[in-house]
Amino acid sequence: MAQIEIKNVAKSFGAYQALHDINLTIEDQEFMVLLGASGCGKSTLLRIIAGLETATTGKVWIGGRRIDNLSPKDRGISMVFQNYAVFPHLTVFENIGFGLRMQKLPNDEVTRRVERTAGLMHIEQLLKRYSGELSGGQRQRVAVARALAMEPDVILMDEPLSNLDALLRMEMRAELKGVLAESKTTAIYVTHDQVEAMSMADRISVMHEGKIVQAASPIEVYRNPSAEFVAGFIGNPPMNFLPANPAESGKWQVAGQVIDGPGASAQLKFAIRPEDLRLADDGFKAVAKVIEPLGAHLLVTCEVDGQLFRAVLDSDFKVKPGEVLNLTPQPDRVRWFDPQTTLAVA
Amino acid sequence: MSDATADAVAPDTRATGRYLYIASVVFLCAWVIVPIYFLLINTLSSPETVNSFPKPFWPEFDLGSLTFFAGFAGMLTALKNSVIVAAMTMVMSILIGAPAGYALSRFEFPGKGLFRLLILLTRAFPLPLLALPLAVMFIQTGLDDTAFGLALVHTTLAIPFAVLITFSLFSGIPMELEEAAWTLGCTRLTAFTKVVLPLILPGITASAIFAFVISWNEVFAAAVLTIENRTLTAFLLQNLDTSPLHLKFAGGFILVVPALIFIFAVRKYLFAMWGIANR
Repeated sequence: MAQIEIKNVAKSFGAYQALHDINLTIEDQEFMVLLGASGCGKSTLLRIIAGLETATTGKVWIGGRRIDNLSPKDRGISMVFQNYAVFPHLTVFENIGFGLRMQKLPNDEVTRRVERTAGLMHIEQLLKRYSGELSGGQRQRVAVARALAMEPDVILMDEPLSNLDALLRMEMRAELKGVLAESKTTAIYVTHDQVEAMSMADRISVMHEGKIVQAASPIEVYRNPSAEFVAGFIGNPPMNFLPANPAESGKWQVAGQVIDGPGASAQLKFAIRPEDLRLADDGFKAVAKVIEPLGAHLLVTCEVDGQLFRAVLDSDFKVKPGEVLNLTPQPDRVRWFDPQTTLAVA
Repeated sequence: MSDATADAVAPDTRATGRYLYIASVVFLCAWVIVPIYFLLINTLSSPETVNSFPKPFWPEFDLGSLTFFAGFAGMLTALKNSVIVAAMTMVMSILIGAPAGYALSRFEFPGKGLFRLLILLTRAFPLPLLALPLAVMFIQTGLDDTAFGLALVHTTLAIPFAVLITFSLFSGIPMELEEAAWTLGCTRLTAFTKVVLPLILPGITASAIFAFVISWNEVFAAAVLTIENRTLTAFLLQNLDTSPLHLKFAGGFILVVPALIFIFAVRKYLFAMWGIANR
């Protein structure tokens, strides 16, 4: 059982406040991804949990044990670093067994666990090599095997795949997800790659300027972003926004169209994902500006009412720059945000 | 047409540049090698050849001058003193310099920039400025004419290098390696001994040998601060002043060769720590 509880954690570096009052509970065996742009505080939060950084205020529990005053080695965690941090003076075998040797486990137990985790990461044939003789992908496998061999309560990963090339990253992503699910450890995974986050996470915590904006399942974060930031950050391309003025009760005037929406409020923002737009006889008048055929679909960047607006259309659809399209939103996919609070309005 | 001119001009300038490059390399090599070559030739020549001109290209392998030194009274004691002082300098400058280098590389503290500057500044003062007051102080404290006293002065000379070299060595070890060790059950100390130390040991050895050579080559402080327990440099300086030319050459040779051998042995690390790629 290793539930992680983070209560009121804040961190400042001099005058700069990197984290503001973070509260988060991560369930036992959950795969939690901290997602955000660089400088949002996600790595700082991870390093506070690991004990490599000390929180200015706040408390952290792992499995009901308060750990924020313990040194990293006593926290029951292990960590995978972005640059792998494989020890260059030790063989792969000794790297994976490093933590076990520190625990003074008997030799045959070390061998058993090293061989098991090496098998899990498919690097049995590399055990005698040194880090200098390995490729980036292999080093990453060693780093993960080393973390798993500790059989930790919690495994922490700081952008572990970002130094790999695109194809390898996709392969490792799926493999890592499988291995971690099997090992039944709680995992916290830091990334700035939303595709990685969506594909691996049980739950995503979207971070922005030292705060957690939304913590929910990937599909929830995608479909029902709790704030304008999340809507504009998740999705490639992100959500489209248009200003909305109240018409009659429950109806909103958006770029010359009347659309059903929530009651009340003086002004709202209308939001729709590019793939939730359909061509129709009636709808937003969109002037096509840039047409990008992406194979699977066609990305059309247009202008609606002077605002940037993107639509993802069928790749067979023929359109030229300057043409006017009629785009209509799928009604159940429309979202609304309050421009004052930037939060979602139901 | 324009192609033809370009063809004619481009290789020409490249060739000139190449000749210039080769000439500079040859000149710089000669600058270092020629004096050492003459030292070698004259050391291995009979007294008559040393004083004659022109010199033969090949040495005569007359070991007369060197055998003279081997039997010279006090020579072995001076050699022993040199080794003792240099060894003490080596140990002390690493023991003091390496922790300072580690602190500079791993921690942010107020005055860090100033500290680095001051370390360099210690080399800005000429040794005579330091040696005479030190001699007075050493006599007062009884440190004069001892190997330890001289080693202290040599350590002062070697420390700036030890600090800056180890600083760059430690900076070359990614912080993540230490952090990974901490998460794998190490304390700060065991992470250092199990991860950082094995990685920098070759570099530390190189900078230790560098300190050794600094002490080995140092003559001024050695001449001022010792009388009975002279190191080799001070001993030779004192005795060769009035010796014939061929013995001066042989004495110089005896001094230069060990330093050359040491530097040659650790050249790879010296290049590496001065930021020159060696691969």
